[in-house]
Order: sequence, then structure tokens, then C-alpha cells
Amino acid sequence: MTFLGMPGAPRGVGQLRQREPFPEAAAGALGDRQLRRNLGHATSTIRAKRAAAVAEVADWEDLRAAGAAIKDEVLAHLDRYLVQLEDQVAARGGTVHWACDANQANQIVTDLVRATGQAEVVKVKSMATQEIGLNESLSAAGITATETDLAELIVQLGHDTPSHILVPAIHRNRSQIRDIFLREMPDAPPGLTDEPAELAAAARAHLRRKFLAAQVAISGANFAIAETGTLAVVESEGNGRMCLTLPRTLITVMGIEKILPAWRDLEVFLQLLPRSSTAERMNPYTSMWTGAAEGQDFHLVLLDNGRTATLADPAGRAALRCIRCSACLNVCPVYERAGGHAYGSVYPGPIGAVLSPQLTGVADNPDLPFASTLCGACYDVCPVAIDIPAMLVHLRSRVVDDKRARHHGPTPEAATMKGLAWTMSDARRWAWALRASRAGRLLGRRRGRIRNLPGPLAAWTVSRDLPRPPAQTFRDWWRTRPLASQRDAATSGLRSEERATREDGAVKGEWGGGWGPGGERGK
Amino acid sequence: MRAALFVTCLVDGVVPEVAKATVRVLERVGVTMEVPWAQTCCGQMHVNTGYPREAVPLVRNHVAVFEGYEAVVVPSGSCAAAIRHQHAEVARLAGDPALAGAAEAVASKTWELSEFLVDVLGVTEVGAYFPHRVTWHPTCHSLRLLRVGQRPLQLLRAVDGIDLVELPDAGQCCGFGGTFALKNPAMSSAMLADKIAAVRRTGASYAAAGDASCLLHIGGGLSRLDTGIGTRHLAEILAVTRSGS
Repeated sequence: MTFLGMPGAPRGVGQLRQREPFPEAAAGALGDRQLRRNLGHATSTIRAKRAAAVAEVADWEDLRAAGAAIKDEVLAHLDRYLVQLEDQVAARGGTVHWACDANQANQIVTDLVRATGQAEVVKVKSMATQEIGLNESLSAAGITATETDLAELIVQLGHDTPSHILVPAIHRNRSQIRDIFLREMPDAPPGLTDEPAELAAAARAHLRRKFLAAQVAISGANFAIAETGTLAVVESEGNGRMCLTLPRTLITVMGIEKILPAWRDLEVFLQLLPRSSTAERMNPYTSMWTGAAEGQDFHLVLLDNGRTATLADPAGRAALRCIRCSACLNVCPVYERAGGHAYGSVYPGPIGAVLSPQLTGVADNPDLPFASTLCGACYDVCPVAIDIPAMLVHLRSRVVDDKRARHHGPTPEAATMKGLAWTMSDARRWAWALRASRAGRLLGRRRGRIRNLPGPLAAWTVSRDLPRPPAQTFRDWWRTRPLASQRDAATSGLRSEERATREDGAVKGEWGGGWGPGGERGK
Repeated sequence: MRAALFVTCLVDGVVPEVAKATVRVLERVGVTMEVPWAQTCCGQMHVNTGYPREAVPLVRNHVAVFEGYEAVVVPSGSCAAAIRHQHAEVARLAGDPALAGAAEAVASKTWELSEFLVDVLGVTEVGAYFPHRVTWHPTCHSLRLLRVGQRPLQLLRAVDGIDLVELPDAGQCCGFGGTFALKNPAMSSAMLADKIAAVRRTGASYAAAGDASCLLHIGGGLSRLDTGIGTRHLAEILAVTRSGS
């Protein structure tokens, strides 16, 4: 099936693209020993905690189904809910802006900040503003944005990019953080150690001055209630609460899929989100606001940036259910070893591998759908039941179709697949090919194993031997198996001329497959 | 009872011992095994690499070969999962609802080996004898797509003489992932290294699983490192008796 997309729907721009081929980026990350240790430790710890937090909830599967159903309802009627949200926010003194892509959103926010006459803003941790590259855009306009989430601050001070949705500095350990603070934070105490409490205190003192001086704050939103126009931010440090309440001007940038229909729907998501993301029963700070508070200007920027295009694909749109909990990152064996930077996009891991290519169009992220073994761990932990493995498989076919459409003639891979399909769709051709593969017995004669393969198969033998092809395929063994041991040859599926060949007599009953100890085949 | 064996392409051409062992076990517990010659491959590699259209003739062939049988047994969780979760969808994508319906019918009577023994035959003790230390890798698709759960372990625990030891982080993928192993060789190898380390910690003589593909991967790594640890498919363990195989 050719996927046509929605003509005219804007494609996502901003920080959503792989910067180099994923296999190479991942191989580079694998060579970073510090990164491997930091990530391996962090993800295995949070995995175990999440499992325990989820196990406490008897009706978790029901909650998960409810979460998926509520999000699907929103996605099916997004046009209506968005207008309802806009009406409610406007009725309570807020101003709503519509941004078709990252560039437009950045322009809107920059203009709003300029109108205040301020050159500094404080920020609440927000994936939407990371996605659009807002900090860089503000900086180009002479406006300094300060991240106030501790981990985002570490990333920002380190001139780095986030590597995890929830724990953006997961690739850093505490001694690296101490070095960054001493180097980049002018008010860091000179004798700062790498004790976590000391590091947090230093950041707290640094940020407190920012909060008290800031006139403009920029946030994202975890949820927006269409029924009331209420926005919600869920966080752990209280920095969000400071940003949302102290400054005179509040600008919130939010993806259009963040809507929930009604206030009561929060009941489901405020259970699903903290347990899935931080393994907490309840997150420390949940801030909600409706329209503009007294004496405050409030602006809501609704961001498309490829979401409408994503919505157009029935087999891919469930990715928009995502509530950015990052449970799928923490269980993913590929993410755990590659880290977030290898994916290029601000959305890494399994959800990034299905979301980023849809937001940008698959041509701009062709490796990401293949950056998975399809092990299925991500689907099991997803609080809104996004079937990520099935979606990856679907997106792989979109990548292949896209390459087919843009190449003249088939790619080598496509030709191989077509040839294999032709061979394997007919048993005579397949049996012939199997016999031909016995030529491989010329290899590995000495030790019964093959250590080097040519061409694309060399990728297998970088770390794995291959057993020498067997002397006889199973189908040949079966054909020549003594007829006496067969219950009823007439219904065995063998054609009569083949039955005759079985009477050729017994084959030696050699077996003992797989690999024997010492790597020798058979026993 | 009669059952047809879906050998799977990998077992047919690379590790035929797995299918021979499957036949031995099932015949021993009284099943009349049939092996339709016209069978080939489930097409999972095509679908999972982004070529569902190329998989259509394979699905068509598979359905035509197996629709006449009352039960189909597969010594692979991954191939069973492809039949159950992908075949009808591939047919629907190709605009062939009749094939989709027939594929669903075949899927509904297709069983992975441990499912067939435990659920269909109600057997957990098959008279096997395997006096070795064995550790069990549950394989991703058996674990999370088929949800075979404890069935293979029930069968293994009933094996005479076996010393079954738990594999640390057993549910972690070994890094095979079909063409993933070729497209992302560095990542695949890193995952394999951790799986091998876990296997070695158990002190087992054999790493066992219900999928020849994962075993080809794990065994290939164990062999490369000259660990002296072998691999065995579930069927190969269940096939051995005190009086020999």
C-alpha cells in the first residue's frame, strides 16, 4: 500500500532529524565507555523502579486502555477539541496562537518576548521547545533563555543537547556535572564537590536569582483540558511552579496532540504518567492554570510541526498518544547502549524511532525505523499502549517505498528481497536453492564453523561464527526417511513420485543440532 | 492426533536437527507428523525489513499448503508470531480479503512447539533425559508476542537429569532482530556480548531457547569466543531419552 499522506500538511522542521546514519552514530556511542556506564546504570535502576511502581496498581491494564481510548478520541476529533480549547483559553483572558511549524512557532515566541522589552527569559523543561530549537532561535534574536530544570540546566551549561526525554542529562555523571558547574556557572561555590546535595544546592542558589529577576517565562504543557481551557505541567523540582507563577508574561508552547477532552480525564493520566516516567506514585508538583492569572499576560502557542501529517496515517497516528513518559527509552536495549544523541532527534529511543520519521517525513529519518530488534519491550511498558514494534514495521515499508520512488531501478536490498521472495514462493525453487547452498560446505571444513563471510554477510561474522551448512536439509532427510516409520504416507503431503524416493532407504539418524560445546556441531 | 510440521526456512536449510528432534518428540507422544513438501517460509524477514508486498506470495503459499491440516506445529516462537500477527495483515495490505480470512484460519490452528505440547496435547512430561546444566533464554517473540510464559519451563523442569539454572536478565533481547544484525552490526554485537556474559555467569553447558534464529545468533557468539558452551533448541532437549535419541 502506498501511503499518500495529507497533501498540504506541514512537515516538521527543527531538532527532529538524524544527523548521521544511525548504525554509525550508535557504533560511535558504543565506544564511549563513560556513556555506556552512565546509561546502563541509570536505565537499569529506573526500569526496576518503574516495574515496582506499576505492580502496585491492580487495574493498570484498565488504566492503560483508558489512556489509549481517551487519546484516540482526541485524535479522532482534534479539529473540534482544538477550537474548544482556543475558545476557553480566550474566554479566560489568554491569547492563542497557531504555528504550522517550528519556524513559525519560534517567530511567534520571539515577537512576544520582544514586545515585553525583555532580553532574558526563564524556561520550564519542555520537549516542544526543544523540538523547535527555541533557545537557539531566541539567542539569534539577542534573547537569553535560562533552563530551570536541573538536568536541562546541566545540558545547557555544558553546551550539550538532551539525550533522554525525561532525564536529559542521563549521559552525565556527577563528577562531569561538577566540572560543568565550576566551568560555566559564575556563582558556583569554588570548593564544590560532586556530592549530589551540594550540586543541587549550587544550582538552586543560581536559579533562585533567575526566578526573582525574570519577567518572562516559557513553558510547555503536559496536558490541556479542552472543556475548561486549563493547562497542566507535571514536574519534580518546583522550578516549574516558580516559572509559571512569578513572571508577568507566560508563554506556553504545546503540541496540538496534548489535549484531553475533560477535567476528569486527568485522573487517568496523573496515574499513568508519574509511575511510568519517574516511578513515583504521584509527582511532586502538578501546576494547573486556566487562562491568564490576574496581572499576568498568558499566550498559548499551538504547534503542528508535522503532527497533522502524522495524523493522516492510520497505521502511524497512535504515536500521537505519547505522553512523553520515556518508559520505552528505559527498557529499550538499543537506547540503553546508544544513548539519545545517536538518534539525532530530540525524541530518541523507541518512541522517537516512530515519531521523528513521521513528523519530518520518512525520507529525512530513514534509519530510525530500523534502529530496533522488534523485541517488544517498549510496547509492554507504554502507558498508552502504542504498539511501537508494529508501527516500526509499518514505517520500514514506508522507508522502502520512499526509496523505491526516488531511485531509478531497485536498490541492491530490494533486488535481494525480490529474488528471495521469488525463490521462496515455490518449493521446487526453494529446494534447489537449499541444495545450492551446500556449496557453503566448502567453508569451515576444519572446525565446522565459518569465521568470515564475504559481502554484506561480513556484518554477521564481525562477532559471530556461522555453522557449516548441513550435509542434508531437513526436507531431504524427511524424503529419504524409512517409509515404515511413517504412519500414513498417502496423507503426508508428499507427492507420489517423491514417496518413491523415500524408499531409497534409511539415512543415518545423525542429529544434535545447534552448537556442541567447543563449537563443534553434532554429538 | 495428526499435525503438520512447519519446518521454517532456517531450520530446513541450516539447522535441520531441530526439525528432526521436533518430529521425534511429537511422534513419541503419539502425534502423527506430516511434512508438506510444498512449504517454504513464513515471510517474516520480508515484512520486518519493509517488504510486505514481496511477502504476499509467501503468505499465499503458506496458507495454501497448511489450510487442509487440523493443526500446524512450528519449532519457532518468532515464525509462529509472524503467522499469527502478520499474515492476515499482509493479505489485507495487498487488497486480498479472501486470503486474509484464510490466513486467519491457518493462524488459529498454528502452535509454537511448547504451546502445542502443553495446551493442545496437555503434556508436560515427554520422557526426556538431559543430564546437563542448561539455562533458558525465553526469546522476545515467544515472550512478548506469543506470551508462551512458563510453558517451555514446565517442559524443561520435567526433563530427567536436567540442571536448569535461571539466566540473569533473561527477558533482554540477544540482539539478533533478523536483518537488524546486518544493518546494525555494532549494536547487535554489543547486545550479544551482554547476553553471552549472562549465559556464562550461570555456569551452564548449554544455552537453550525455542527459536533456532536466536540460537544461531547466541551460538555464533559463544563459538566465536570459544566459550565451550553449546546451544540446544527446546526440541533437541526434549528429544533425548535414556535409551538414546
